[in-house]
Amino acid sequence: MLELNDLAVTLPDGTHLFDPLSLRVPKGCVTTVMGPSGVGKSTLLDAIGGQLAPGFGMAGRIVLDGRDVTRERPEKRNIGIIFQKSALFPHLSVGQNLGFGMPRRHRDRRSRIEAALTDAGLAGMADRDPATLSGGQTARAALMRGLLAEPAAILLDEPFSALDATLRDEIRGFTFAHLRNAGIPALMVTHDDQDARAAGGPVVALNAKGRP
Amino acid sequence: MTLPARILPARILPALILTALLLPIGAGLWQTALAAMGHLPAIGARGPDLAPLRALAATPGIGRAVWLSLFTGAAATALSFALALASAMAITRRGHGGRLLAPLLAMPHAALAIGLAFVMAPSGWIARAIAPVVGWDRPPDIASIGDPFGLSLIAGLTVKEFPFLLLMMMGACAQIPLQRHLRAGRALGASEGRLWLALILPQIWPLMRLPVLVVLAYSMSVVDVALILGPSNPPTLAVLLTRDYADPDLSRLLAGSAGSLVQLALVGAAAGLLLLTQRVAASLGGAWVMRGAPAPGAGPVMAGLRWTATAATLAGFAAMAALAMWSVAWRWPFPDLLPQDPSFRIWARSLDGWTTPLWNTLLLAGGSTAIALIAAIAWLECETRTGRRAPWAEAAIFVPLLLPQIGFLYGVNTAALQAGLAPGLWLIVWGHVIFVFPYVMIALSDPWRAMDPQHLRVASALGAGPWRRLLAMRLPVMLRPILTAAAIGIAVSVAQYLPTLFLGAGRIPSLTTEAVTLAASSDRRVTGVVATMQAALPLLGFLIAFVIPAYLHRNRRGLRGA
Repeated sequence: MLELNDLAVTLPDGTHLFDPLSLRVPKGCVTTVMGPSGVGKSTLLDAIGGQLAPGFGMAGRIVLDGRDVTRERPEKRNIGIIFQKSALFPHLSVGQNLGFGMPRRHRDRRSRIEAALTDAGLAGMADRDPATLSGGQTARAALMRGLLAEPAAILLDEPFSALDATLRDEIRGFTFAHLRNAGIPALMVTHDDQDARAAGGPVVALNAKGRP
Repeated sequence: MTLPARILPARILPALILTALLLPIGAGLWQTALAAMGHLPAIGARGPDLAPLRALAATPGIGRAVWLSLFTGAAATALSFALALASAMAITRRGHGGRLLAPLLAMPHAALAIGLAFVMAPSGWIARAIAPVVGWDRPPDIASIGDPFGLSLIAGLTVKEFPFLLLMMMGACAQIPLQRHLRAGRALGASEGRLWLALILPQIWPLMRLPVLVVLAYSMSVVDVALILGPSNPPTLAVLLTRDYADPDLSRLLAGSAGSLVQLALVGAAAGLLLLTQRVAASLGGAWVMRGAPAPGAGPVMAGLRWTATAATLAGFAAMAALAMWSVAWRWPFPDLLPQDPSFRIWARSLDGWTTPLWNTLLLAGGSTAIALIAAIAWLECETRTGRRAPWAEAAIFVPLLLPQIGFLYGVNTAALQAGLAPGLWLIVWGHVIFVFPYVMIALSDPWRAMDPQHLRVASALGAGPWRRLLAMRLPVMLRPILTAAAIGIAVSVAQYLPTLFLGAGRIPSLTTEAVTLAASSDRRVTGVVATMQAALPLLGFLIAFVIPAYLHRNRRGLRGA
């Protein structure tokens, strides 16, 4: 369960980006945050992931499975992120990419990676150069990389907007099915109604900070 | 959220690096100033008095030496800039070119100067080429190198410096919407030359100011090139001072120090003049543009400059070839164009002469480049972790390149001795780092800042901490720029003459000091061997910097052409 309590972000000049936000995302649910561009949707995810640019301020609390992670370093939060341009690391093979975040306790890394690749329709591509994958293959591999890290929550930043229309439905279905199966709370920001409908979860509107 | 305890080291590390670079310069300047005022207890001189200044003023030829430094430095800088501008125009129009200049960029100044001497000397290649035509059977009696006006020195400096300014200029052009402006300008019917003078030059000048000042300071105070190609009696000020510092009469150290202050003032005045010219040009330029920016003759002038640039490039390549040719020449009588029975006998014969300098050069280049590279990576990683840049600190990195080396290096030696540090290999390494670090930073900082930050954010979301992000993401992705920066560092270190000479107290020969010493001797073949090696080392560095990523990334398309 991912909980946000009165989360607010301030710009370097002290102005608030949006009205304080409170929400709870249970396991296996994809909650969608929608809002006009410029309202700070990506910044919200930065705050949750602990990756706010220097100068930004934050108020409120982020609680993950009962653990307050508000002051935690990003790499200790166990919150995964999928970006719009889900680029794989260019210097690693596809398989190495998938293994990058996998917890170290696992002994059967190779077979887990193979299984994830097969699941994503990428069987036998572990040694491939990520630059040789198609857009859809890359998107699926990036999702698998995020899931293999076994995050306690996952953030999706306009995850499908860079894909062309024919691919978008397919990757959407693939992504949401896997998130539900994994039983991970997921928070998606998007400006696309279809994303929100396909996610099937609650939709929260992010409002620009009301004038006093 | 920022956690001060974790961020603090990242805040102070750049300051530490800067201190290590600038402290010796500050101490060197201070000691030089003291000695210039007659205070150098090590040789029993206790000032202050004006005797050193008087001794300097009484030095034969001092006035002309000052004038020569100013003239050759300013002329070489102006000519290099003009050639770079004309070449940039040509490259922009053709859409490619300039790659040929890479070997000239890598080549150490001394080796290039020696090679040019081999080409331009009365018994050099040019004279040999025209000998059959004009009927020479012995080298003509003309001062084609070391001429009293320093023209051959200007030519030598220009061959080396215009490719550097061109490289910087192409970088500057990439920062502005060059093609859009040119297209718009052409549509208004302006000629190419007018467009560059009225439209492009004012835009790129702010980015070119620092490189031009570096070239100016360097050209006005260079010692090795001036020893090889410059006039000898009187020489340029920097050469005169080097002689003073090496004089068996220790009191000349004081006069030399006074001269160092003059050299500093001279470079400062020239830089001031350049900035003043820029102001005047900026204010007059507005009126000139209002009058329609008439540039009569700009076309032919630019064409002439372009031909000169081509000639300078050819001369540079001829110089490289001449070095290699002389190193394998057993007999090469005038006016033959090629040596008789080429062989490696001279290489084998002079083995004892070049093994120690070669090892020293490798140690100095390897040591100083490794230190500079680690410092640069540390500096940039601090920037990444704190998310902050310190503009004043970034500007301070370039101070060593803007000061004439002769102005403070002997003082560094004095300061080191006073601090109980013996001159030697590690002191030279420190000295080299001061000059290698700025270039490594120039090479590394743009690719570093341009790396897609999303990779690092994804990595941290996958649980990678700052060190794993650096070691498993940043450094492997940046392998190519890192190795290129290392190759540049090696080239800069191999080219150093004065730091090696002064900070090693003349007792640690490198290929550079050896080549410069040999250049004054009569045996061109041994000079050719040492200078060829000096020129080959940086090229080898660049070759390795090209081959390693090409091999390691052969299956990583995303990292190629980056």
